[in-house]
Amino acid sequence: MLRLALAFFRRLALAAGLLVAVLAINFMLIHAAPGDPASVIAGEMGGSDAEAMASIRKAYGLDKPLPEQFITYISKSARGDLGQSYTYNRPVADLILDRIGPTILLVLTALMFAIVIGTLLGVFASRRPDSLASGAVTVLSLVGYAMPVFWTGILLVILFGKVWPVMPIAGMRDVRQFGVGGWPAVVDVLHHLVLPALTLTIIYLAQYSRLARSSMLEILGSDYIRTARAKGLNEWVVTFKHALRNALMPVVTIAGLQFGNMISGAVLVETVFSWPGLGTLALDAILGRDYPTLLGVLTFSSLLVIVANLLTDMSYRWIDPRLRGK
Amino acid sequence: MSTLNRRRLLKASAAVSAGSIFGIPLEVAAQAAKGGVLVIGSTQAPRHLNAAVQSGVATMLPAAQLFASPIRLDKNWKPQPYLAERWTLSPDNRSITLHLRKDAVFHDGRPVTAEDVKFSIETIRDNHPFKTMYGPVNAVTINDPHTAVIRLAEPHPAVLLAMSTSLTPIIPKHIFGDGTDVKIHPRNSTPVGSGPFRLVEFKPGEHVIMERFDKFFLKDQPKLDRVIVKLFKDPGSLLLAFERGEVDVHQALTDPRELERARKIPGVQVVKGAAPAIGPLVWLAFNTKSPKLADKRVRQAINYAIDKKYIIGTLLGGMNVRATGPISSGSPYYTGDVEAYDVNVAKATQLLDEAGMKPGANGVRLSLDFDAIPGSADFKAIQEYLKPTLAKVGIEVNIRQSPDFPSWARRISSLQFDMTLDAVYNWGDPVIGVHRTWLTSNIKPGVIWSNTQSYSNPKVDEWLAAAGQEMNLAKRKELYKQMQKAVVSDCPVAFLFEQTFYEAYSSKVVNAPGGIWGQIDSILDTSVKA
Repeated sequence: MLRLALAFFRRLALAAGLLVAVLAINFMLIHAAPGDPASVIAGEMGGSDAEAMASIRKAYGLDKPLPEQFITYISKSARGDLGQSYTYNRPVADLILDRIGPTILLVLTALMFAIVIGTLLGVFASRRPDSLASGAVTVLSLVGYAMPVFWTGILLVILFGKVWPVMPIAGMRDVRQFGVGGWPAVVDVLHHLVLPALTLTIIYLAQYSRLARSSMLEILGSDYIRTARAKGLNEWVVTFKHALRNALMPVVTIAGLQFGNMISGAVLVETVFSWPGLGTLALDAILGRDYPTLLGVLTFSSLLVIVANLLTDMSYRWIDPRLRGK
Repeated sequence: MSTLNRRRLLKASAAVSAGSIFGIPLEVAAQAAKGGVLVIGSTQAPRHLNAAVQSGVATMLPAAQLFASPIRLDKNWKPQPYLAERWTLSPDNRSITLHLRKDAVFHDGRPVTAEDVKFSIETIRDNHPFKTMYGPVNAVTINDPHTAVIRLAEPHPAVLLAMSTSLTPIIPKHIFGDGTDVKIHPRNSTPVGSGPFRLVEFKPGEHVIMERFDKFFLKDQPKLDRVIVKLFKDPGSLLLAFERGEVDVHQALTDPRELERARKIPGVQVVKGAAPAIGPLVWLAFNTKSPKLADKRVRQAINYAIDKKYIIGTLLGGMNVRATGPISSGSPYYTGDVEAYDVNVAKATQLLDEAGMKPGANGVRLSLDFDAIPGSADFKAIQEYLKPTLAKVGIEVNIRQSPDFPSWARRISSLQFDMTLDAVYNWGDPVIGVHRTWLTSNIKPGVIWSNTQSYSNPKVDEWLAAAGQEMNLAKRKELYKQMQKAVVSDCPVAFLFEQTFYEAYSSKVVNAPGGIWGQIDSILDTSVKA
């Protein structure tokens, strides 16, 4: 028991140390980029003077030496204060909280569809690996994967926004319906979600279908499958109960990784569809040299990776009973 | 929209007869029907909404709806009453007395007083990036709750223009005067003003939603129920949203192909040359301190080598007009009576010869680095055009791309460049947006859009100093005329074109704003057909 607790705390200390190291690297990287927030703010304002720029730097504590700024930042964020955004002049925590919902909604929806459809396609393709249909699945999913995400997005925008204008193409809500709540609001959000989620699904899909196909192929050739078939089991049961369960392990691993990377994965889709998520917040923070916001998003993102890894571990246990005892 | 009208009706009925629906007078219903919602689509995201400490179109557009300024300028640049009913200038031109209207209130119901005007002007003087607007203001004194006197150290002809639109939003002292630095005041994102619309919701990077302020001091104005600024990350999506009618206004069409597409929309109203007061000029700036460019004949030679007609007509699709000098053509102080620098390769070669720039063995006379503000397709096209063009007169051009704006601003403001494409705005009066580029005293390394050319001409300094204080319009024009001729002749920059602003309105919009500030002015008479 004591040993388990010790191991747990050692892990925790390692994770905290890692987080500080990640922050330090990020802090140095962003400060190495030329220009500073005062110059960006001056740019947005159409000009400035030396005095005004100095007073902006002073207001945000940018006149202090870098090590001091870093220590201030670390100690503040340890107390849960992520600081003020230079770009938006409001607490970084508020900005992140505001943007996290839309990103999770977008990425989870896309992941869900990609995993379910991709796996099914993979299973389907693995049944007759040399058939024309299997080849078609491979080619289509590879095309989807190879297309740059912004291009797929723009194609969908042209198709469903212009040629056949049935889908909204920007944002998460219809601003004309501001103040409308309840079910109409839910429907409105879902309507806006279709295209960005579809774009992301197309990108993710290939990985899952390829992965499911190859791991199914491997497993379908193993001894216990032959045994199951010899027992006279229904082919559906063999495929979905016996084979797929084992074939899912790599799928879950990739899903976990992708969930951890969702901020970087969604940034282009968010940009094309003006989706108000964390990805665009991070991008704007880089362009605006908005150090606290970027660091806040990165910290949050590291946290997400940890959570995603934990969830992945848990689902291994759920899928493979052999792991449960360990 | 129907729900909105219903809500307004309910509110109106509550006000009229303690909640009796049947007590609604007919004209209230009629009034609600003529309002409507105006959605402005833009790619410019505001940092916050307090224009007293933040300039730029992104903030000034919503701020002009949320705040009222002391005066407004009409289509002929003539000051008109707004929050100030009238104003008087002292005979020595050293004080201006503002007489405020007595019925103006902020969105929280508190009256607008001379205290607020004093507080606002002092805040702007001490924090706004355009220092020259209120630089000469010694003090603002209060005669009575509705009379404020601006006391100047010297005559200041630009002050009336500075008091217009969101260059001078009157902000409430009872909110922003709590001792917090106004530049980082938390209420900058949720401000209270006395303008025609009050803030409903501001989501950074997404939208600004504003609703008609029922106690606005001008009767029957504004016409609209709501003004919404919807922000787009991608200009392509913005145009498509405009084509589909999701937004009623395209805030700025900047690409000839975009313009062509917008013009195909049935009933679309395209306003060309919107907001002439902003006056954006694009020029090729030279670092006059660079040994290679210190001789003005070299700079003139480059200017003569460039075919501006080709740039404007072919590269830019004819959307823009020629810039001739440091003041934009929409300004009352503009003169076109300057050296035109029409393309003349023979003259360019001759000037380079005279300057002692002889071609080397490989035909190259000199080699120059060439920067541009990143992110503009137009600028990229011009960079690509200039490389072979200048090669013809023996000038080798090394194009340097900057990954983003701060990287470029850093290079230019630290004077580490030879030439750069640059866009600089006039911002109404020359004192605000013109002087800064040419004054010797404004060579300030580290500050973008100061005199980064390191240009210095004592005569120009003298004329600008005099024009900054000259109250007589004709004499002031004459001073600026001399200055424009001198700057164009000295050629610290090669003037290329004026960015003409194109705003597009859908067929539903009635009375599109058309003042000298375009959309960065209170939208009062505009309405939307159902």
